[in-house]
Amino acid sequence: MTVVSLRGAVVLLGGFPALAGADLGVDRGEVVLVSGPNGAGKSTLLHLCAGLLRPAAGQAEVLGCDLDADRARVRRRVGLLGHDTSLYGDLSAAENLRVWARACRVGAADVGGALDRLGLPARLRDVPAARLSAGQRRRVALAAIVVRRPELWLLDEPHAGLDVEGREILDDIVTAAAAAGATVVLASHEAGPAAGLATRTLAMAGGTLTPGPTT
Amino acid sequence: MSAWRAMRTFAGDAGLVAAKDLRIEWRARTTLGQVLPFALLVLVLFGFALDANRPALRLATPGLLWMTVLFVTVVAAQRSVALESADGARRVLLLSGMAPAAAFAGKAAAVAVQLLAVEALVVPGAVLLYGAAIESVPLVAAACVAATVGLSAAGSLLGAVVAGVRAHQTVLPILLLPVSAPVLIAATRAFADGLGTVAVGGWSWVGLLAGFAAVNVAVGAVAYGPLLEDA
Repeated sequence: MTVVSLRGAVVLLGGFPALAGADLGVDRGEVVLVSGPNGAGKSTLLHLCAGLLRPAAGQAEVLGCDLDADRARVRRRVGLLGHDTSLYGDLSAAENLRVWARACRVGAADVGGALDRLGLPARLRDVPAARLSAGQRRRVALAAIVVRRPELWLLDEPHAGLDVEGREILDDIVTAAAAAGATVVLASHEAGPAAGLATRTLAMAGGTLTPGPTT
Repeated sequence: MSAWRAMRTFAGDAGLVAAKDLRIEWRARTTLGQVLPFALLVLVLFGFALDANRPALRLATPGLLWMTVLFVTVVAAQRSVALESADGARRVLLLSGMAPAAAFAGKAAAVAVQLLAVEALVVPGAVLLYGAAIESVPLVAAACVAATVGLSAAGSLLGAVVAGVRAHQTVLPILLLPVSAPVLIAATRAFADGLGTVAVGGWSWVGLLAGFAAVNVAVGAVAYGPLLEDA
């Protein structure tokens, strides 16, 4: 089953083509790494796949839904880790996840388990998110995806800001998600840390995708 | 999904967003620590500006009071926008899949609760400070509720309009103050009647406030989704 299908997808940001005719097909259970330099269009690609952006031209379908007409349905079924963590700074990690879980209707019972899995110490769970370090906030943001258990994981520079332990936990989680049938698209400016996870690597430059790693 | 279940879901989502915003406000103590002192300071300064002239202040009480509430609305709406702007937090509302209208209702409800809390202190404060007296509590209370719903809906809607603008802190008052002029006029008239300074048929002005509130709520419920996506 094809989870992501882009054919000549164009996304304009402020009139500038951040995606300039991207073609991409990702099947269920694949872990695809998109690597490329800064400004190549990786984040735009993930935001398009998450249903946060509308294609200006071309065809774009995610999880069987047309991204021009049915982005709301896509958004309910994906998990996106962006450059920012989407946490409310005055709420604690646990409170942030409880709000998220209730908003997603997945039940807040899994919040503790998700934070356990991400290795966030119990003493930090009731601390306002604004007081956590960048790496700890990143772990909480990943826990939010774990809580939701989405069909499509979209991870933008997932290893950024994580320490060695955090990277290992992330790799385990991604591997387990793919084994459970989820589809994962990773974006990274350096193939290194994420290359071991990927079943396929694509290079991105100038808003277009080509097979194979960036050279 | 049955209509009853859809309504429960809507109310649950709106309640979740409102509770989240109010919890954040309670933690930050912005309303208590900054907005309320600001409102009381404005009332005192209006008194100075009118040279503590009691008859003039008594006549001007409704207008001064609602000008103060309008300023507070701007601050509360700016705070409400800022909560979703920081660290990409608005993505929680977008990606969760909740109905944008429910998110709007929750945001507006949180602003309304803060405004009502401020009004609960500022109205008696102004009455005492300016030597006025409340002659019709139901009229004053109804005017407060209707005006607050309209202001909070307008503030939340326009907050979403300017969320993607770099200088949103200065743009929001420029948009919100003129749009809120009908509330200022109607609430001032209703209060003038409720405080017994001028007999102007206060309940008809409350009706106008309710109409303004209904329009703002309806427009906000429809427009919030597209605005949230474009921010």
